[in-house]
Amino acid sequence: MDKSKILDSERDAPLFRPIYETGKGYYATGGVFLAIYLWSLYMYYTQVRSGLGVTGMNQPVTWGFYIVNFVFFIGISHAGTLISAILRLSKAEWRRPITRMAEVITAIVLAIGGLHPIIDLGRPDRMLSLLESGRLQSPLLWDVTSITAYFTASTVYLYLPMIPDIARIRDRGGKLKWLYTFMAWGWQGTEHQKRVLNRAINILMVMVIPIAVSVHTVISYIFSMTLQPGWHSTIFGPYFVAGAIFSGIAALLIVMIIFRKVFHFEDYLKQIHFQYLGTLLLIMSIVWFYFTFSEYLTGVFGGEPHEMNTILYKFTGPFAIFFWGMVFCNFVIPVTILSFRKLKTITGVLIASIAVVIGMWLERFIIVVPSLANPRMHLPLGIYIPTLVEWAMFAGGLSVFALGFMVFAKFFPLISIWEIEEGREHGIKEVEERIHSYLPGRELSSLKGEG
Amino acid sequence: MPKWAMVFDLDKCTGCGACMAACKMENNVAIVDPEEAQAGRALFWMDMINAHEGEYPTVAIKRMPKPCFHCDNPPCTKVCPVRATYLNEDGLVAQIYHRCIGCRYCMAACPFTAKVFNWWDPRWLEGATTCFNPDVSLRMAGVVEKCSFCAHRLHHVNEVARVDDRALQDGEFMPACAENCPADAIYFGDLENKDSQVYKLSRSYRVSRVMEDLGVEPKVYYLARRTA
Repeated sequence: MDKSKILDSERDAPLFRPIYETGKGYYATGGVFLAIYLWSLYMYYTQVRSGLGVTGMNQPVTWGFYIVNFVFFIGISHAGTLISAILRLSKAEWRRPITRMAEVITAIVLAIGGLHPIIDLGRPDRMLSLLESGRLQSPLLWDVTSITAYFTASTVYLYLPMIPDIARIRDRGGKLKWLYTFMAWGWQGTEHQKRVLNRAINILMVMVIPIAVSVHTVISYIFSMTLQPGWHSTIFGPYFVAGAIFSGIAALLIVMIIFRKVFHFEDYLKQIHFQYLGTLLLIMSIVWFYFTFSEYLTGVFGGEPHEMNTILYKFTGPFAIFFWGMVFCNFVIPVTILSFRKLKTITGVLIASIAVVIGMWLERFIIVVPSLANPRMHLPLGIYIPTLVEWAMFAGGLSVFALGFMVFAKFFPLISIWEIEEGREHGIKEVEERIHSYLPGRELSSLKGEG
Repeated sequence: MPKWAMVFDLDKCTGCGACMAACKMENNVAIVDPEEAQAGRALFWMDMINAHEGEYPTVAIKRMPKPCFHCDNPPCTKVCPVRATYLNEDGLVAQIYHRCIGCRYCMAACPFTAKVFNWWDPRWLEGATTCFNPDVSLRMAGVVEKCSFCAHRLHHVNEVARVDDRALQDGEFMPACAENCPADAIYFGDLENKDSQVYKLSRSYRVSRVMEDLGVEPKVYYLARRTA
């Protein structure tokens, strides 16, 4: 019994390898990202020193890259916890190698995204006033509330399913034993512990779904609660949530493909996973198009002058290239690639995902900037050209994402080992039984048994 | 609660911009470089809108002074996360510079683009620092500011009236722009006072408010024979 267990855990040894073996490439990539990160920190320092004048923002374009990236990053964060919770809840067996990475994306990106409004503040030193004397009537406070709730829930939701894996690393010995002993929380894998853990995960995954939905809904409320043309729209809540899941899946796919290549997870992340997630991406692309179409059709059909100004500005103005680029990246490319089995290879999925992430960033930009650049008053149209500082903060955000993942990979397995084992030991039997229960006949016999 | 309101007679306004200059001096509004102003960072509490109407050769140019409209139902105060902007007991939309966190949400929410932001630390022309208006606090980088209807003057006249033990007279509280208008095109007063000039003007057949249909109840009225 003991021997077979050890053998079993050796079967998944490739998943432990990144924790113990570090190549030269790792340090090189890490160094590059660290350099970018430090550079962005320095740029932020200059901004704090001399004021927001170092950015490209002005009147009337009072929000720029920071708010765009805030919405974008928080959108990406919906990859994780939400998708992993939905897959767990729907008992999708193919989720097992995916959930961990998805949850890590959420934790890291949420931290990055959540910091963006603070970067955007003119007086970051007064940030704590939000907690001290915040007005709950302001949509900004709704954001603070739901993002902190989501961050708490998703980090706990990341940590709990990691406990059995942390215990495995602890039992293997080696580096940082004290850390793993502490974090494993005395996990021995007893029946009782397993029951408690499963219960906790079940409660959390149900809880996390409404929180995740609320987060992006509330972010859309920041815009839709104002009277500005192009923002004041009831569709914004679901539109933002759908867009968030859309960009989240794309980001998850990119991360999966990169780690599959770098850490040789080919045996775990198979063609089928990319096929399934690719289908999900295709569906979300169509959903996204539906929302976008509805949003703009109602505006154009009604033809209210202020609304039309903004819409025409998006269609034909200086940002037209971004608008049509968004349609191309979010709809044309993914639908073309993912609709055909021949194109739906891993490379194809990667191209579609990169297009979607770019397209969704453009969407956030197209929502935030043109509405501000087109004030209702007869003022000259606004201009907005982001400066080096804003680009630096964007690059810094992306490199924190990469660094976060790299650090995580050095301490914890990127694929949930115990869940893979569980799949092998129980999953197959369970699925077989479940399918039997779907089929006619079985229910009758069990009823008879009860009767 | 008094309802302080401003009336611009556009039929009298020459578009000279004296109101803008008076406002800058009165309220210690910082001067920005021409390049910065070009990039949309000019600080004006009293702004001037230039709009064209019609096609050549029948072009009509409209110059329209634009302060803060001090809405009775202000969209900006609703969104402020820290109550740094609020409708005060005098019916004015006030700013608290030392509380503002600089999120600029109020600026994004204002349909009239009335608010401005201190993108840099404030700067003044040489010599100007010796003649600040001591009644108006200076603003720091990173906060939002806007027209206050010269609320500091209200404090002053209120105080005088209290000492004399009498009610405020119509015309006693005058913002700098109204006082300095060479064409006498700016009127200011309390709409609650039915004898006041602004009350009478606000019922004129020539009167209109900007985007009245938004329901934000601006307290700035424009008089013009021309429509729109």
